Amino acid sequence: MTDDRAFLKGNEALAYGALRTGLNAYFAYPITPSSEIPETLAAEFDRRSYPAFRTFLQAASELEAISMVIGAAATGAKAMTATSGPGFSLKQEGLSYAAGMELPMLIVDVNRAGPGLGNLGPEQSDYFQATRGGGHGGYPTIVLAPASVPEMAAFPALGFDLAFEYRTPVTVLADAFLGQLKEDLVLPDVAAPVYAPEWAATGARGATRHVLSSLHLELADQSRHSHHLREKRDRIAAREPRAEEFETDDAEVVFVAYGICARLARRAIRLLRARSVRAGLFRPITLAPFPADRLRRLVAAGRSKLLVVELNAGQMVDDVRLAAAGGADVRSVGEMGGLLPGSGDLVRAAEAMLR
Amino acid sequence: MSAAAEVYVPKLGALTALTGTPTHYCAGCEHGTLTRLIAKAIDELEIRERTVMVSSVGCSVLAHEYLNVDAVQAPHGRAPAVMAGIKRVRPDLLTFAVQGDGDAASIGLLELLYAANRGEPITVFLVNNAIYGMTGGQMAPTTPIGMVTTTSPSGRDATSTGPPIDATRLVAGFERPAYVKRVFLPIAPTPIPRVYNARGALEGAASVRHAFEVQERGGFAFVEFVSTCSVNWKLGILDAKRYAADVLRPLFPPGVYRDRFGVEGR
Repeated sequence: MTDDRAFLKGNEALAYGALRTGLNAYFAYPITPSSEIPETLAAEFDRRSYPAFRTFLQAASELEAISMVIGAAATGAKAMTATSGPGFSLKQEGLSYAAGMELPMLIVDVNRAGPGLGNLGPEQSDYFQATRGGGHGGYPTIVLAPASVPEMAAFPALGFDLAFEYRTPVTVLADAFLGQLKEDLVLPDVAAPVYAPEWAATGARGATRHVLSSLHLELADQSRHSHHLREKRDRIAAREPRAEEFETDDAEVVFVAYGICARLARRAIRLLRARSVRAGLFRPITLAPFPADRLRRLVAAGRSKLLVVELNAGQMVDDVRLAAAGGADVRSVGEMGGLLPGSGDLVRAAEAMLR
Repeated sequence: MSAAAEVYVPKLGALTALTGTPTHYCAGCEHGTLTRLIAKAIDELEIRERTVMVSSVGCSVLAHEYLNVDAVQAPHGRAPAVMAGIKRVRPDLLTFAVQGDGDAASIGLLELLYAANRGEPITVFLVNNAIYGMTGGQMAPTTPIGMVTTTSPSGRDATSTGPPIDATRLVAGFERPAYVKRVFLPIAPTPIPRVYNARGALEGAASVRHAFEVQERGGFAFVEFVSTCSVNWKLGILDAKRYAADVLRPLFPPGVYRDRFGVEGR
């Protein structure tokens, strides 16, 4: 597809957004509800419509796919993979190694419901795994949360920019609803090709070698590296938090929600305002780094009732409480198992906070 | 075999493809031998500046400290997948990994077999010393029946763990691999007491070179080096060589299992 206007599923839009960043390689393992991403990319790879897109390969497992991403990324290529919950667990091995080796890459998790196999409906229950880093050892994480099909298309570019700037994996955390939702959009521009960065392992030139390893057997070496990763995490936390606010200026109650829940909250805000309840929305766009300072400023400005909406048992609410630091009444509402809360549920929960 | 008949002319002075860092390998370990054979082949073929090695997990985890090439670390067992990722975006590069038996034939068997089945143009060197060396002597997929290890203290029992895995035969069972060979690498006892031959190292040198040449021609190359681990076998160095010759060589017969490009015949 080379036309810029389109009507696409979120997963398809994400695939085209990735292609338009100049994606070089995609390593696939199918899992519902993310499979339209590899299917779209396989079709475009066969059409050879994006010259930078050199490789599409279906791997034998999630572990093999993420390891292939590591190999491609080590040469400086823009490489990615996508998965959903059970597969995201398996990706954690590679993400830990990639973060330790400081490799840029893009991982998409189209969050489905439940632990284990669960079901194919939407949840946001991979929040902790994605934001804390589900792999072993400590490492920085960057997690982007799109809330619309246009953002599914736009966030691969943002994700690769951050991944290459900080040399670390970036996760796009979507959900089954966003993956399957169809919307109108204008696709992002095709990016200019990029060339291999100087750290890439593409052959030693004379005395200059590139060794990308996460192994630091000397304790002092690992300590130095871990402090370096910590400093990187702090730099990302200082510079990269992103959030969107909607009608928060006069709000008596502020929904805090990301992804599809932010869409639900907007609907509830309209209903509440029609009933003269001044409601607003704080939408984190980066779940990691969490936009804590901005939320803290909102609380300091008098927005002291925060209602967190999540498709899980309450995960982001912990980050909201940390940011509010006791300065706000923070409550939680949500659904699980693939169901969404109704607008009425959100309206009632907001009104209950004001009583 | 023609390779073994080649006359080895020692190259004096340092090999460009060696960093000169002293290795951590134990005395008598074939990892040290193989490191030198790889450096020699890289120098002879003049491929150092377009080679990326993939460091596996096991005794070879530090090979990038000794081989003077670009390197990428793989998660345990995943070296063939990492190499595939490199080659798919950069077919102009050469890539290889030195894997141990646990890395390639246990935790990474899937990655090895799928790379073999796809015929990825990569080079895998497998050091089979029948035991987990780096972790201190646990049972490996290639441990012979009856061998005592720290996790088979009464000797490996096939009724519980199955017989040893033969990675070379598994790889050779696929259609696409271009070069599959098994070399007995240790110095081997001769009929003359206290005299050992180094035929394995000579044959190994040619096999390493062939494995890179096959990759250059677009083929999947796999060479298994039957080796020793005297420290974890709890044998003296020469006793370990004898054990390898008596027990491992019949269990893992050396030979050319696949040579689609005829590199052995020249």
